[in-house]
Amino acid sequence: MLLLDIKNLTIELKTPDGLIRAVDRVNLSLREGETRGLVGESGSGKSLIAKAIVGVLNKRWLVSADRFNWCGQDLLRLPYDQQRKVIGRDIAMIYQEPSRSLDPTAAILEQLEEAIPDHLLEGPWWKRGYLRRRKAIGLLHKVGVRDHQAVLQSYPYQLSEGVCQKIMIAMAIAKAPKLLIADEPTTALESTTQAQLFRLLASFNQLKGTSVLLISHELESIARYTQSLSVLYCGQLVEAGETASIIKQPYHPYTHALIKSVPEFQPNLQPKTPLYALPGSIPVLQHLPIGCRLGPRCPNARKECVKTPTLERLQNHYYSCHFPLIGKKDL
Amino acid sequence: MNTLLEVRDLCKTYRKQSGWFSQRSVIALQNISFTLAAGKTLAIVGETGSGKSTLAKLLVGIEKPDSGEILLAGQPVQISHYREYNHVIRFIFQDAAKSLNPHQKIGQMLDDVLRFSTVLDPQQRKQKIRQTLKQLGLLDEHSEYYPHMFSGGQLQRVALARALILDPKLLILDEALTALDPSLRAQIVNLLLELQQKSGLAYLLITNHLRLVRHIADDLLVLHQGTALDYGNTAHVFDHAEHDYSRKLINSAVT
Repeated sequence: MLLLDIKNLTIELKTPDGLIRAVDRVNLSLREGETRGLVGESGSGKSLIAKAIVGVLNKRWLVSADRFNWCGQDLLRLPYDQQRKVIGRDIAMIYQEPSRSLDPTAAILEQLEEAIPDHLLEGPWWKRGYLRRRKAIGLLHKVGVRDHQAVLQSYPYQLSEGVCQKIMIAMAIAKAPKLLIADEPTTALESTTQAQLFRLLASFNQLKGTSVLLISHELESIARYTQSLSVLYCGQLVEAGETASIIKQPYHPYTHALIKSVPEFQPNLQPKTPLYALPGSIPVLQHLPIGCRLGPRCPNARKECVKTPTLERLQNHYYSCHFPLIGKKDL
Repeated sequence: MNTLLEVRDLCKTYRKQSGWFSQRSVIALQNISFTLAAGKTLAIVGETGSGKSTLAKLLVGIEKPDSGEILLAGQPVQISHYREYNHVIRFIFQDAAKSLNPHQKIGQMLDDVLRFSTVLDPQQRKQKIRQTLKQLGLLDEHSEYYPHMFSGGQLQRVALARALILDPKLLILDEALTALDPSLRAQIVNLLLELQQKSGLAYLLITNHLRLVRHIADDLLVLHQGTALDYGNTAHVFDHAEHDYSRKLINSAVT
């Protein structure tokens, strides 16, 4: 069953010069127990989509969608209170830069206890405090923090970035969510801790059946831990499908460039040879090209590309390009 | 190969006041030695607190070493004699956007560098700025731009221009590639490789990004808590790391 089913999600920003469309008709769906990666460069709107799902965008952003279903319920059409209730119960999010999103003035114990909902504590009310504390310690053990006594008493500034990120995860899984959104969980971390965190997220996915939406700009680290992948460019969905098949045979020139620019996916590449790179840079939001937004940078752009391509489907592999790289082996 | 930079037994200890009379010392670097030939790239990897950034600070002369020698082309030097050596060694910071002055036009900023460190007259300075911008694929009119008018990749180029305008022999990149988006990173990597081939620039790459290291670095030095664990040819270290810690670090990135 589809847990999350979003069709034609559009997010617009109100400015004095009119509306700017930051996210343009993006489709996204997640099955129960699926891990999906959302890849895109900065300014591609991946964090916006995550925030739209959790409903924390401020009033300046206009969110609209043909369908925004969570377990069959359209979230955008629910009254505000109910929407908050559903999201609060089922969806948890891990933000980037954990040390900044934790409260600097409160000890970890306080923050962690606050994140545990009442209905998960089984016992009479006079035992609540004790149970809550036990649960907090249990959560820390679950995310791989062994020395719980020291950590619970510290403040965020006393802990390393990796431990802070683990605490964020502990807070996120405290309510046993159905969907865990991790927004660039590893950018601030070192490579050994990065691997640890990805394994942690993968284990929650396998043991508890939590769906995970993993957002990152590093294709190579995401490809290892996800089943399916959505690639965004400048707010447009360029390609979606199973991770393995996308990596093996990308249909969209952008995905192709992304894969080729990573030395890891190019085993035959000699050291010190130039990497494949698209010319130009990512357009800023105020000056987006019309039609396919990759147009000005695309190696095989043609006249038709001034029209936005529709999302085509080929065996569970979606792409939006007028001239897909189908049937051409290794360009 | 002619050796450009040689570092012998470099040590650095920081002292901290822990009570009224007692001092606590933190060993940041211990007996670090390495050599770097012209036109080569040395990558330094390690966790935070491993002394990577301290090493960079010593090499550009922001801090003075406690003991040990830094040799430039065979001559022992005091890097902290800043004016003499900033022609040879230049430093690029992690975040280009934050390391540029938002009040200053790019041309002005580059002009300042030349004014403080060279004896060129205004006409020659202008010529030099134009030449450097062209070398990095920027346009002449970019010297009238302010930093906020550039995109991320261009800003990194501007930061590179500031470093390269003095024609250095060694460039220290402190995590300068990590924060970039993949397609921009590929562009900058290509630019760096091209510059190296053309002008024989040597790079000291301080990074966490091991996959990139494998591609662009000739030599690799693994630091852990101030001591050097593995040092040698990149491919060799990747395949036969001697210490458990470096093996762990490499495995976490490669498998």
